[in-house]
Amino acid sequence: MADVKLRGLRKSFGAVDVIKGVDIDIADGEFVVFVGPSGCGKSTLLRMIAGLEDITGGTLEIDGVVVNDKQPKDRGIAMVFQSYAIFPHMTVRENVAFGLTINGLAKAEKDAKVAEAARILQMEHLLDRRPSQLSGGQRQRVAIGRAIVRDPKVFLFDEPLSNLDAALRMDMRMEIGKLHQSLDATMVYVTHDQVEAMTLADKIVVLRDGLVMQIGAPMELYHNPANLFVAGFLGAPSMNFITVDVQAIEGDLARVSHPALEPIAVAHKGRDIRAGGKAVLGVRPQYLAPVEGPAGMLHGTVALTERLGSETVVDVTLRDGSKIIAAIGEDRVYPTGAGIGLRFDPAQAHLFAVD
Amino acid sequence: MATINPDNHGLRLILRYTVLTLIAVIFVFPLVFMVMSSLKPDQQLLADTSSLRAFLPVGDISLNNYVAAFDRAPVGLFVMNSVIVTGVTVVLSLLVCSLAAFSFVFLNWRGRGVILSVILATLIVPFETIAIPLLLIASKLPWIGAEGVTIGWLNSYRVQIVPFIADGLTIFLFVQYFKDLPGELIEAARVEGASWPQIYRRIVMPLAGPVIATAAILKFLVMYNQYLWPLMVVQQESYRPVMVGLQYFFQLNRAWGEIMAYLSLITVPVLAFYLFLQRAFIASIASTGVKG
Ligand SMILES: Nc1ncnc2c1ncn2[C@@H]1O[C@H](COP(=O)(O)OP(=O)(O)OP(=O)(O)O)[C@@H](O)[C@H]1O
Ligand SMILES: [Mg+2]
Repeated sequence: MADVKLRGLRKSFGAVDVIKGVDIDIADGEFVVFVGPSGCGKSTLLRMIAGLEDITGGTLEIDGVVVNDKQPKDRGIAMVFQSYAIFPHMTVRENVAFGLTINGLAKAEKDAKVAEAARILQMEHLLDRRPSQLSGGQRQRVAIGRAIVRDPKVFLFDEPLSNLDAALRMDMRMEIGKLHQSLDATMVYVTHDQVEAMTLADKIVVLRDGLVMQIGAPMELYHNPANLFVAGFLGAPSMNFITVDVQAIEGDLARVSHPALEPIAVAHKGRDIRAGGKAVLGVRPQYLAPVEGPAGMLHGTVALTERLGSETVVDVTLRDGSKIIAAIGEDRVYPTGAGIGLRFDPAQAHLFAVD
Repeated sequence: MATINPDNHGLRLILRYTVLTLIAVIFVFPLVFMVMSSLKPDQQLLADTSSLRAFLPVGDISLNNYVAAFDRAPVGLFVMNSVIVTGVTVVLSLLVCSLAAFSFVFLNWRGRGVILSVILATLIVPFETIAIPLLLIASKLPWIGAEGVTIGWLNSYRVQIVPFIADGLTIFLFVQYFKDLPGELIEAARVEGASWPQIYRRIVMPLAGPVIATAAILKFLVMYNQYLWPLMVVQQESYRPVMVGLQYFFQLNRAWGEIMAYLSLITVPVLAFYLFLQRAFIASIASTGVKG
């Protein structure tokens, strides 16, 4: 078990900068998830920790030791790949035991460790099969089994569940969560699935174009996004953004207005917002509640309704033509074209500086 | 897609097997002719060539030609020489070329692209072009053996083996195959603690069955059919390979039956090698699930 420290980490492929100075502290036993849009450098960052990519600049510390120039095998890590990367010419047993065999462990000890891993992952009955005789979920177990037998200091996962169907993904997600609790190990996990990130992480790192946008606990990021990008990236459907006019700054609050909005006061949190200028108001669809008559704070017409049973997602066109989405927590029918008023608590709204 | 009509399906199967049989027959006929002719006296052999009898064991059948062939030339010695030279070259070539390809594909060193292009460029240089320079080099190379240091490699096995161990085509075949192996397998092995030699031995080569078989067959054929080079560098009978040995049957009183007997004999190792490889090849594909 160990902590991991990334200090000013950079990576270039030729002239292309992919990771542009990343600082992250991962505590011992923590489950950290890297999220971000495709191509933002999540895998690259993980592979730098693994030692599969050279580090262009900065330092990487695992368990208090700088490991920039160490081979993957000397870093005390284990990695689970998106394609599982289990060896097709070996049985499951040989796959799981591979790292132990390489390290010359005695047979009895090896067998005991493999049996233990197989028990944890409930795959005792698969040990003598070949990978070609396994389902996707079973292969995933083998890959995880191969990682846990070696008692690594740090587990690295690169989108381990993305090749599984929805139901299996949920099962495996819970298993990985349980595994983290029972092993109490440091884990770094890359995904672009928000649900995985929110449910598994102790700490989420949101990346964009090789830079960290925000680091924090899932709920911290959800309720207090530091910028427009994080606000828009986390949560489904994504947060509504409305460009508003700032009328006045009153202490911690900014009074803002918009043609479709009654003037309201929202906390500006010291962001670069000035009276007379513009700002972006963010409200999650779930915090918009419908009101009867003209009493609402936002006014528009219904453009489309999606009834999901437990929730109704309404696309609303505001008076000025901009669109927002409201997610209403019950099954309701809204005729297309009908007027609709929406209300929200300004304390649950966010105000960002325009980019 | 059209639905499968069982009757039609059977017909198609028959057609397919007919075509395959025909092709097989076309390839097998020369071999049958060779073996049948080796059993006949010259007069009958030549007379039979104008009819289907050429492919049938009819008339005056005996093993006399084989006895005569062994009288005329040390057939066993020639076959043994060729098998030694070919066998050693194939094994060393697979080892050296796969290691070279491994380094080109998986290891990260400066200039590997350039060196690989140079190696691939040698593919277009015919052997005849370099035969004379190679002969000059071989005739001056030193060797430390039982008689101390000697100069010149002529009249030996090594002069027939060493120049053919490393070759561009075999390296190319391995490079192509290694490039297509999933990179994450190699990375997983590295993370699991395997060193590069361990990755070569435990991951890459066990998965390389198909390309090993291909490279081995090609190399085997080239080596077993060597003629020009041994003709140039081997004067002593004791190191002479089979193709050069064929000369014995074209000097003085040429006897076609004996030639056919000799050819039949020297074909045996080729067939044995093919059968061996076919089994190994199928086993390798069955166990790895990697499809070529
Ligand atoms: N070997 C390489 N050579 C050049 N560019 C690369 C290489 N590997 C990755 N990149 C580039 O680096 C950027 C980040 O890639 P990376 O694979 O880390 O993205 P990612 O965040 O994991 O995306 P995804 O969610 O699609 O997996 C991409 O723009 C990619 O094109
Ligand atoms: Mg990725």
